[in-house]
Amino acid sequence: MAQLLFNLFAVFTLVTAAGVVLNKNVVNAAMCLLLTLVGVAGLFVALNAYLLAFILLLVYAGAVVALFLFIIMLLDTKGDQRPGLKHLSLIARAIALALVAGGVVSFFVRSRLPEPSLGATPALGAELKLYAYQLFTTYLLPVQVIGFLLLIAMLGVIVLSKKFDGLEDIK
Amino acid sequence: MIGPSLHAYLAISALLFALGFLGVLIRRNTLVVFMCLELMLVASTLALVTFSRFNGTMDGNVFVFFILTVAAAEVAVGLAIIVALFRKRHTIQVDELNSLKN
Repeated sequence: MAQLLFNLFAVFTLVTAAGVVLNKNVVNAAMCLLLTLVGVAGLFVALNAYLLAFILLLVYAGAVVALFLFIIMLLDTKGDQRPGLKHLSLIARAIALALVAGGVVSFFVRSRLPEPSLGATPALGAELKLYAYQLFTTYLLPVQVIGFLLLIAMLGVIVLSKKFDGLEDIK
Repeated sequence: MIGPSLHAYLAISALLFALGFLGVLIRRNTLVVFMCLELMLVASTLALVTFSRFNGTMDGNVFVFFILTVAAAEVAVGLAIIVALFRKRHTIQVDELNSLKN
């Protein structure tokens, strides 16, 4: 059952990710990104990280993709126009493709990873209490830094998107 | 419980990252390039959660927590930059944004 769900979500994630890359229409690409995130959240659930799956859906699929869609509609952009292939770029593509294929083949054939059994290792990511404990003891300083970062990002976005009268000469 | 192996999860993560990288390389629209960056970020979080699960530790999960927060901030700032760019240049195609070139 777990294997079946994993296969389902893995294929779904990869197909929709390919959709993000290959879609000509920007809105369709954003929708594919949404589906990819749903697939990754499914994989998180398969890894017993329920809270992270929930946050991924809430923050990414809820907020980030919606923000992308807003900007797409605001800017009203056209899709890609592919430039013609030049001779040099054809060679470069062939080399890059060969390198990627070599990497994938060597990953599947030669990689030696330990195979820990999932039954023996405890699924710590499933327990909410542990997140809270870690965030407020070991990672207390990073939490503060992240809060500060969010504040700075908010101020930065306001400065970037607001039109100031005196700043028009800065280009 | 017999589930998928460490290998399988890492392969998915690597392929997702490769797809995002491919998109960054071949797409011309800045918004799509940005979406592909997000794909790469999500692929790396998948690897972190996988290692955390298979090692029985908590650190990877908490790290993913922070990555998601930073990613949200990054998307907000990046999209604001793209909007500012569009206001000034009236295009977001990567080829046409070459004012630093000459």
